[in-house]
Amino acid sequence: MSSPPGSAPGHPSHALAVRGIVAGHGEFAAGLVSAVDQITGRGASFVALTNRGLSGEDITRQLADALTDSGALIVFTDLPAGSWTVAARRLQRERPALIVVTAVSLPVLLDYVFQSEVAPVDAALHAVAKGHGALAVVGVPSAG
Amino acid sequence: MARWPSSGSRVPVELVRIDDRMIHGQVVVGWGQPLDLRFIVLVDDAVAASDWEQELYRMGVPPSMDLRFDTVADFAARHAGYVADPRRGVVVAPDIPTLARIVDAVPAIRSVNLGGIHHRADRTQRLRYLFLSDAEADVLRALAARGVVLTAQDVPSARPIPLDDVLAGRGDR
Repeated sequence: MSSPPGSAPGHPSHALAVRGIVAGHGEFAAGLVSAVDQITGRGASFVALTNRGLSGEDITRQLADALTDSGALIVFTDLPAGSWTVAARRLQRERPALIVVTAVSLPVLLDYVFQSEVAPVDAALHAVAKGHGALAVVGVPSAG
Repeated sequence: MARWPSSGSRVPVELVRIDDRMIHGQVVVGWGQPLDLRFIVLVDDAVAASDWEQELYRMGVPPSMDLRFDTVADFAARHAGYVADPRRGVVVAPDIPTLARIVDAVPAIRSVNLGGIHHRADRTQRLRYLFLSDAEADVLRALAARGVVLTAQDVPSARPIPLDDVLAGRGDR
């Protein structure tokens, strides 16, 4: 079975409400969502999108459709300078409630997926703080 | 193997990239980091007239990278200055009609990178990242006949594919 253009294959299909769109290059988004599902069983909280093969206009259209179809209010993108971020920011103009989180990581999504009782913006801010805290360099030899 | 200059030489600003996503990860990171690009000139009349669109593209570009927005006419007037700039830079155009206008206005441009033109109903896939209509292919052939060297290459590590091979279906899809 083939996936429609722009949708990343393999994201789970449980009956959870979609709470976010994860949009990235290649299979980045599908990989993150599958990891969320493996760890929490809540992968269906996200829709994964890839920009492979899509023009700038198609990317914006794909994202708008995904937001409309899912009712999600938040988009997690991979690159701050990437085409998904540009598209999401463009959509913010007509959807002022839309929240965009850039440079998403697995710790960010894992935190967000469990923040289901708070407003999306608060969940996003909490998750981003968690993501910042998760970044580390481990095992750096001490100087001298 | 990419035929772009090694890290010790300057990227010729005459090399214009066509990319319908314009400023995005492949340009800013994929090309920008290995080539140490310090400026990008986006030539698009509509974006040049919209502060809001410019802000969209500025958001993700690192502070070390200067992002300029020109109309085709402005670019023609400023081209000599860009060429003389000691920093490394690239020029990005969103589509083939804009490219044709740029080459008309700046005959000194002798090479063009076909970086990304994606699917549209009237286009045929030529490469994984390159779709062209018959009319667009004719424009590119006409530019080549005028001596402009056109090669398709999405990222620096990819093999540059000459226009003839692209149009003959000899590139990788």
